[in-house]
Order: sequence, then structure tokens, then C-alpha cells
Amino acid sequence: MIAFRPSVEAMIPALRRYARALTRDADVADDLVQDTLVRALRSEKLFHGGDIRSWLYTILTNLNRNRRRSLARRPQVSQLNEDDEPGANGTEAEGRDIERALAGLVEEQRSALLLVVLEGMTYREVAEIQGVPIGTVMSRLARARAHVKMSIDGEKVTLRRVK
Amino acid sequence: MTEPNMPVTEDELHALVDNELPADRRAAVENWLKTHPDDAARVAAWRAMGNAMHARYGGVADEPVPTRLELERLATQPRRWMIGAAAAVLLAFAVGGGVGWFAREAAAAVATAPDPVDAMREEAFAAHRLYIGEVRHPIEVRAEENHLLPWLSRRIGMTLRAPDLSKFDLKLLGGRLLPGIGAPAALLMYENSAGERVTLYTTPLKAQRSSFRYQEADKFASIHWVADNYGWVVSGPADKPRLKSIAMAAIEQSERR
Repeated sequence: MIAFRPSVEAMIPALRRYARALTRDADVADDLVQDTLVRALRSEKLFHGGDIRSWLYTILTNLNRNRRRSLARRPQVSQLNEDDEPGANGTEAEGRDIERALAGLVEEQRSALLLVVLEGMTYREVAEIQGVPIGTVMSRLARARAHVKMSIDGEKVTLRRVK
Repeated sequence: MTEPNMPVTEDELHALVDNELPADRRAAVENWLKTHPDDAARVAAWRAMGNAMHARYGGVADEPVPTRLELERLATQPRRWMIGAAAAVLLAFAVGGGVGWFAREAAAAVATAPDPVDAMREEAFAAHRLYIGEVRHPIEVRAEENHLLPWLSRRIGMTLRAPDLSKFDLKLLGGRLLPGIGAPAALLMYENSAGERVTLYTTPLKAQRSSFRYQEADKFASIHWVADNYGWVVSGPADKPRLKSIAMAAIEQSERR
């Protein structure tokens, strides 16, 4: 059997990346990772082999869903992006575009897209993480990509119009 | 097995981008793209999207892991305090009501030598009385400055969230950094429409976890408690039920995500 703690530890950087893209807030993201790790450690004795990587992504995805549910009950303060620095170079501007586009996705689509594209999970793994059939993962992915593309294209149109 | 000239579906285009396409369809799909520029453009856009996501977030995985995420620390840490201590505190309120609601035994357990909890409470109370009297400079950084909480959080080593106390007609003015008992302390100040001020003080504190304790001195009062190696003090006008409600709101919100 593979060692539990080193395997969990090796996943922390990837979990932080996923959480950051999922929440777009560094503090909230690390809180999520912390909660994920605490839960994982609590289940250490129950672990009898298996895919630690998928398991950790599953915990984090579920915790984020719970978090969003409890947030939904309170009024939201949304962050404005109007104060973007004017001197931002192309990559930064592109980073903001993708960030904004991801923000516009519904939770399940964002999570599916990030798990496949950013985390390199297979459709089958994502289906297990999200607890849905592979077909559902694929349609979430397709809708997510269509939405992100529309958002980014729309951004360019606005820019052109302003100029 | 699969027909090489079979029309390509959108699912297959995604599968191509995600390396999920069966090997025997790969050539067919790639050929299709040569004669279908719209689909080729979509595939290119999806790939660019993936690159943008990696460019934006890939670096996070190269950052050093913050100490609070170290497994050793997390493994030795007891349960998160909202589900442990705070729940116990709330329960004590619900059940106790009278005598039992502030646990003296917790105080007795740490009451050897100069009590760091009492020292913290004194510090916080002194800061409260000093700064609420300031008309022009009650705080160092205004609530509107969005670096206020990240800055204080960094200095006290914990993600500090300013509780929403609007149901007590209290609005966050801002905060300041203070020397605490061997570690920096954060002070958040709230004000109501009548100019009455309430402060929330927190600092790292190596002390046994405790439930709420109330103390009063000439028109002012404070409630303090310790949880998860942080001490907390809410100070304001001497009004026990109200201060108790404020402290409960603070404890609830400081861990709610």
C-alpha cells in the first residue's frame, strides 16, 4: 500500500491551484485546501488504498459546493474589476479575461472544466468526482467552453468598440 | 472498427483537445479539421483557453506551501474551533443562561503565574478605551481600504474576517495593528449611528481554550475568550446582553465561510 501522508502532501500544490481557480480568492482557496486536508487526515485510518488524487479533488469540490450554498444565503459583495491597472501587459489582460469568464460559469461547469483542463483529470475521473455519468461531464465541459469563448470574444468586441 | 469517414461530432472535438479520443479516430478527426475551418477555429480557441488557464493559475502550484497547510501542523491540531469550542460556547449559552455561562474552571486552569489571558484582556481593554476616544484618528487603516484585512491577517498569522455587525447598527470603521502579549494584535473598530464604538481585538495566544468571560469597569465592558491559540476580546458600552450577542455574532462569523 502506498504511504498515505506523503501522497496527500504531494497533492497540496495541485489542490491549491485548483482551489484558486475555483474560487478566484487566494484566502478562501487556502481555507478550502486546509479543510480538505483536515478531513483527509481524519479519514487516514479508513484509507485502504485507492486513488488519493481523485479522492482529494472530490472532498475539495464538495466542500466548495457547501461553502457556496451557505454564501448564497447571505448578500454577496462582488469584487469589481474596474480598477485593473492600465499598464497590464498582454498576459495579465488575458489572465483577467479568463478569470472573468470562469467567474461567469455555473459551479458544476467550472469544476468540470478546471478538473479536465487545469488538473488533467480524465472524463471518467471527473465523472467519479462529480458523481455523475460521463455524458454529463462532457456536456458540462462543452457548455463551459462555449460560455468561456463567448465571454472572451465579447470582451474583445467591447474593447474594439471602446477604441 | 469505427468508420473513418463518419462525420465528426462536437464531443469528438472536445475529446481531441483533451486527449480522450480513441486512437483509431484521431487521424479522421484531424483530417476533418483540415476541411472544416469553423471546427478548426473552435478547437484552436479551446486550446488557447486551456493555455490561458495554465498561464493564469499554473504558477500557484509552484508557490511555497503556506505553513498553515503543512500536514504535520494540521495533524496535531485539534478539531477546528467553530465545530469544537464555539459550538461548546453556544451550547453553554443555550443551556447555562445564568451561572454556568462563563466557565470559571477554564480560568482556574490557567490561573498560574501572571495569566496571559488576563494580560491580553487588559491590553485589549486599554486599547479600546484609548482609541474610541480619538475623534480624528481612531483607526490606522479605514475599512474602505481593501488591504486592511489582508494586512492584519498577515501580521497576526490568521485569516481575519470582519464580522458583519449591522444588525446591531454597527458599521466597521477600520482597524489598527497593536503590540500584543508577545505577538502582534489586530483591533477592529465599529461605530453606530450615535457614535458609540465597539472594538474587536484578537491576537495569537498560547492559552487553554475558554468560553466567554464578561468584565465591567466604569461604563465599559468586555467579553473575552480563547480558541485555537487565539485570544479574542470584544469591548464596548457596559450592556451585558448586547455585548454577549455581539460576541456571539463575532464568533459565528469568524469561522463561517
